[in-house]
Amino acid sequence: MARKITYQQAINEALDQEMARDENIVLMGEDVVGGSGSDGEMDAWGGVLGVTKGLYGKYGDRIMDTPISESGFVGAAVGAAAAGLRPVCELMFIDFMGVCFDQIFNQAAKFRYMFGGKAETPLVIRTMYGAGFRAAAQHSQCLYPLFTHIPGLKVVLPSSPYDVKGLLIQAIRDNDPVIFCEHKVLYTLEGEVPEESYTIPFGEANIVREGDDVTIVAFGRMVSQAMKAAAILAKEGISCEVIDPRTTSPLDEDSILESVENTGRLVIVDEASPRCGMAADISALVARKGFSSLKAPIELVTPPHTPVPFSGKLEDLYVPNAERVAAAVRTTAGYGR
Amino acid sequence: MSTAKIVAITMPKWGLSMQEGKVVEWLAEEGAVLKLGDQVVDIETEKIANTFEALDAGTLRRRVAQPDEVLPIGALLGVLAPAEVSDAEVDAFIAEFQKNYVPPPPAEEGAGDGYLFVEAGGYKLRYSKLGDNARVVILLHGFGGDAAGWLFNQGPLAAHATVYALDLPGHGQSSKALSDGSVAHLAATVIAFMDALEIAQAELVGHSLGGAVAMQAAIANPKRISALALIGSAGLGPEINGAYINGFIAAESRKDIKPLLEQLVADAGLISRSLINDILQFKRIDGVTTALTTIARGFQDGTKQTVDLRARLASLDIPIKVIWGSKDAIIPASHATGLPASVAVTVLDGFGHLVQLEAAAEVNKLLI
Repeated sequence: MARKITYQQAINEALDQEMARDENIVLMGEDVVGGSGSDGEMDAWGGVLGVTKGLYGKYGDRIMDTPISESGFVGAAVGAAAAGLRPVCELMFIDFMGVCFDQIFNQAAKFRYMFGGKAETPLVIRTMYGAGFRAAAQHSQCLYPLFTHIPGLKVVLPSSPYDVKGLLIQAIRDNDPVIFCEHKVLYTLEGEVPEESYTIPFGEANIVREGDDVTIVAFGRMVSQAMKAAAILAKEGISCEVIDPRTTSPLDEDSILESVENTGRLVIVDEASPRCGMAADISALVARKGFSSLKAPIELVTPPHTPVPFSGKLEDLYVPNAERVAAAVRTTAGYGR
Repeated sequence: MSTAKIVAITMPKWGLSMQEGKVVEWLAEEGAVLKLGDQVVDIETEKIANTFEALDAGTLRRRVAQPDEVLPIGALLGVLAPAEVSDAEVDAFIAEFQKNYVPPPPAEEGAGDGYLFVEAGGYKLRYSKLGDNARVVILLHGFGGDAAGWLFNQGPLAAHATVYALDLPGHGQSSKALSDGSVAHLAATVIAFMDALEIAQAELVGHSLGGAVAMQAAIANPKRISALALIGSAGLGPEINGAYINGFIAAESRKDIKPLLEQLVADAGLISRSLINDILQFKRIDGVTTALTTIARGFQDGTKQTVDLRARLASLDIPIKVIWGSKDAIIPASHATGLPASVAVTVLDGFGHLVQLEAAAEVNKLLI
């Protein structure tokens, strides 16, 4: 039965249910046990935000604290996956991925292809991303476009407690490497989640709201900002369709194109830097395959091309919000009128 | 005073979770003479947009609620009254209603969704219960459906009976692991449900597969079942849309399932984003595909139905009603013909397989 739990609890429940189902699933990462290795409460902390809390007591050595060496333990996880385990590896902040690009880009992502389809890499890398936590430039980035760029990786951006559980179970059961991106501001978000295990297929967008005038495509935390904007705009007589692609790779192109075919207007909301990101990618898609449907130029709502500011006031200006989304929608809705 | 002739049209409660509805558009003019089932006003909820149909006959004297107004359940939408009632009396009735109307309290945080669970027949079964009357009615959904599918029926029936709506095993939020997918097993589970809730005797209303289950329950336990209402029922002939059944089991995405669900209704507009999401959420749960496959094998083989209870109907000495939508694209309405004379047959013109959803007022009138 469905009850309300947080995004963070939904991740914990997905890990717990899958570990109970398949003993080949192991967890590894910095502090995922308790960090200090000491007895009692400290040992049960379960990661920097407590996401893996309670799992060590149930699964013991299948939960492994690693040294602060991303290049080492991510490489070990890639090897373990290739050798038959199903590791779920936690890389605390997506910002730290840079030190293990070879393991991810050149090894995990390439095994299936370079071994003629004979090798599988059932690896999940869970990682926190996003601004809004006053965590400054090195702990606040949205680096998912980098992974989306690499063939052989699947990239997931859950926006709700229901989605995060179903998508994580899907990621764990998937036989390819999955970069599973959790927005740190969403951890306390509550929503209805079934107690039973379930999966959400990759490449299936969620039509979060139906509408006729403007299509808004939004990712991760930006979905709730798009929904807020849609509610404001509904009172002004502008009907918005809000699409959450859920995964950037694979990308549900059809749902986006079908929606734009109906509305003729598109706003893309992305918290990642504007250059070479999903907003630019989807603009190109629609400009090429949906050009004849468009009644107005495509509007993009992204941060500026700068590092995430540490100053709280500047960070709030940096992250796209509902008012900026609404302004972009008004611009496209009013085009040519 | 002739207030007895004045009838309030109020915001309906469609489904357990509905708290309020938005008035979209009036479909009847003031002064229109309505008969039961006539389209009155379009209402939209979080879950569904639908046309509210007249529950009573009469002249629409006043449209009280305005388009775009969001009103709680039970709030006054309009007033029916015969021509001899004066405008002043209608005004007085409205004033009196508004003075006494108390909106229902909002659902408390963590109060649950109104559903209950019971252990029966080796399963955890989810059900809802509305009404408190001596007469007991149990609603049995069709293949792939659940208790929530009776949202337009359970409330109106509950004014006349204690009405249970059950999730069959493998469906809704009941247990997904089935020991047996046969119609006989599902029927035995319904009896076990009655045992668990100490229901000595009940009327069964079954839709589609639920109809075959209801018939089988009555055949196997004649003393427990006091009447049957079979809606677009399985078990009355060989024809069935096997492509729908197989497609429903295999469908993984919105794109797969939407055209299938649209086959269930004559008016495809009823298949909303929310309905599609609910069905996808159900289908994604571990064990559902296996359960649906097992149950599908229990009553059809992908091309025709394998359970035929038609010949047994005549042996049942209880009131039996058969209701069908003439445009049923899953099980043909021709199965409503050639039944024993004692069976009361109604074919509603222009509606599909989910006739209890599409023509709720007419079906409710037949069930009451």
